[in-house]
Amino acid sequence: MISVQPVARPGAPLARRNPVAKLAAALVFSFVLIATLDPVAPAIAIAVELAVLPLFGVRYGVLARRAWPLLASAGGILVSLVLFAADRSGPVLVEAGPVVVTQGVLVTALGLVLRMLAVALPGIVVFATTDATDLADALIQNAKAPARFAIGALAAFRLVPLLEQEWRMISMARRARGVDAGRNPVVRLRLFVSTAFALLVGAIRRGTRLAVAMDARGFDAGTPRTVARRQRFTRADGLLVAGAAALAGAALTVSVVLGTFRPLIG
Amino acid sequence: MSAVVLRGFGWRHAGRRQWAVRGVDLRIEAGERVLLLGPSGAGKSTLLAALAGLLPEDSGEQEGTVEIDGLDPRKARERVGIVFQDPETQLVMARSGDDVAFGLENRGVPAEEIWPRVDEALRRVGFPYHRDRPTAALSGGEQQRLALAGALALRPGLLLLDEPTANLDPAGAALIRRAVADALDADTTLILVEHRVTEALPLVDRVVVLEPGGGVRVDGPPEAVFAAHGDALAAAGVWVPGRGLPPRHATAPPGEALLTADRLGLPPRLAHTDLQVRAGEAVAVLGPNGAGKSTLALLLGGLLRPGTGAVIAADALAGRDARTPPHRWRAPALARRIGSVFQDPEHQFVTGTVREELALGPRRTGQDETAVRATVDRLLDRLGLARLAGANPYTLSGGEARRLSVATALATAPRLLICDEPTFGQDRRTWRELVDLFAELRDAGHGLVAVTHDPDFVAALADRTLTLERADRVRTPDSEERP
Repeated sequence: MISVQPVARPGAPLARRNPVAKLAAALVFSFVLIATLDPVAPAIAIAVELAVLPLFGVRYGVLARRAWPLLASAGGILVSLVLFAADRSGPVLVEAGPVVVTQGVLVTALGLVLRMLAVALPGIVVFATTDATDLADALIQNAKAPARFAIGALAAFRLVPLLEQEWRMISMARRARGVDAGRNPVVRLRLFVSTAFALLVGAIRRGTRLAVAMDARGFDAGTPRTVARRQRFTRADGLLVAGAAALAGAALTVSVVLGTFRPLIG
Repeated sequence: MSAVVLRGFGWRHAGRRQWAVRGVDLRIEAGERVLLLGPSGAGKSTLLAALAGLLPEDSGEQEGTVEIDGLDPRKARERVGIVFQDPETQLVMARSGDDVAFGLENRGVPAEEIWPRVDEALRRVGFPYHRDRPTAALSGGEQQRLALAGALALRPGLLLLDEPTANLDPAGAALIRRAVADALDADTTLILVEHRVTEALPLVDRVVVLEPGGGVRVDGPPEAVFAAHGDALAAAGVWVPGRGLPPRHATAPPGEALLTADRLGLPPRLAHTDLQVRAGEAVAVLGPNGAGKSTLALLLGGLLRPGTGAVIAADALAGRDARTPPHRWRAPALARRIGSVFQDPEHQFVTGTVREELALGPRRTGQDETAVRATVDRLLDRLGLARLAGANPYTLSGGEARRLSVATALATAPRLLICDEPTFGQDRRTWRELVDLFAELRDAGHGLVAVTHDPDFVAALADRTLTLERADRVRTPDSEERP
């Protein structure tokens, strides 16, 4: 089950910031980190991210629950890179039969995994502290996103949990008709494809009905829309973005000063 | 306060040979309250869509004219509000108040006027919560009231209601009718499409009946229309008040037990329920939305694993398999013994034609081709689907799709048939065919379980009822003879 509800205390000082500002800060922070392959800059970034977490009103336990698939895959990547990466340079750290772990391979693998975590965490924090409606409002009002796109996506998003339910209903309806796959993998795949097709047909029909209902309330009227919920982009929001940029820059600077900086390109 | 004039109006959807609606001449004055009737396929929904300006010019072919206050409906959209059948696909926003505000934003209503108008609309439909209430947490009836508030907030001169209570239980439907009665301004024109005529009559002062072939069949005050044309309308499939159908109760006592639910439950959707279904009896399962009726149907149908208790098949139903619970049977074995008819027929369609759809089950259960053909032909004929044998199941009308979904469940000749809302949204003719068919099956020794909100269906067919309460309230499943 995909959870999309915000989990933060809404009163936390940074959780209250404009959603577009939070998104921009996360993007700036992540983008800078993509530029380097070393483990130091992302490690600093993760430390910074964890340090500001209370300001977003997210408890560490909640974050861990939300990010566990990410942590699990990070662990998996680390192990497989350490064991199987082609680059075997540097002094040997562990040698057990066919398993050879060198310093070079460990540094590269750690760098990659830390980078992945550092890039993903800001996104998780943004969505954990932002209501989807507020995000759509702010995208329209502060980032000049087209309302047709932002509100349309928001409405479609609301129908996503229905798909899961629909999938179960279609599968059960097929079993009732005498259709099941048993253990045959080919039949199983065919059944999966045909169930997916039925789901798609249903989703398109439902989407069309929703679109008609939205147009019936003037969504396609062409009159300039007004906004019921005002989203403001204040100086504090600007400072949040600037702060994110400065911290990301600082992480890179430390990495350059320590001599571990390895640019992605060149 | 809007007036509607149709002159020889017709509409044919692009790519269709048949006209959806044709030859309609109608004049509706400002402030009139009209109930629009007609059997399945008479074009009621298409006509409402045309009035709401929701048929783009390039989506089909138009005949004649339609005007709202002298304007093309596509240019008079801000004068018209419409509420559809399915609450799930007309709510846009996550919070109730935001959803009502959505239309006001689209129309460019100044920001400072929006929230007072939202609150007023919510109050008029008797919405019981604060405007921050998540729309996902509302019951079907509450969601429909919210959709009504969304339409009323725009202060339409003409309000169109397209079967707004069809998806609701009787209590939810009554809430909507009360909200409509209370919330309408005296000068708002109303056009209502509704199968349940008796319940809708207090809301209207005029009845218009469309003829499936085209044109208006009858038009006038309800009493006059039903007094003069009641029998003919009933025969054509219209639900005419006061014209009940002959009951079809079992003539013989029920036979052996087929399936037993023993303290069956699936928390939190269904609390402990006991039920025994016997051969030759029809059991109706009643209760409000959210009581777990559909869950019970799925459990009895061997489609869900029970959370508590058990579903026990009798030897008479399952032979040697009786020791395994139905949810562990292979699908073909299940289809031979227990047939399930889902609430939404489209969930059950697997193939590209009506004929293939009927042949699927018999083939899966190992009948030879001659037997399959005989079964298919018999069912096509019995359920009046013969002329549609080559049609794609997804293109059928609501009534046809329902008949097909029942026929597919019967194709494997199961001893036990479990139906979820089999008569939902059907015109009187299809309804009657279904009741006759179920009665025949029952009298031939089949067991029948029907989850239903339809009191007429219960009165006509059920030999026994089981009423479920909402799982979050105190529940005492009762089981009485003959409702």
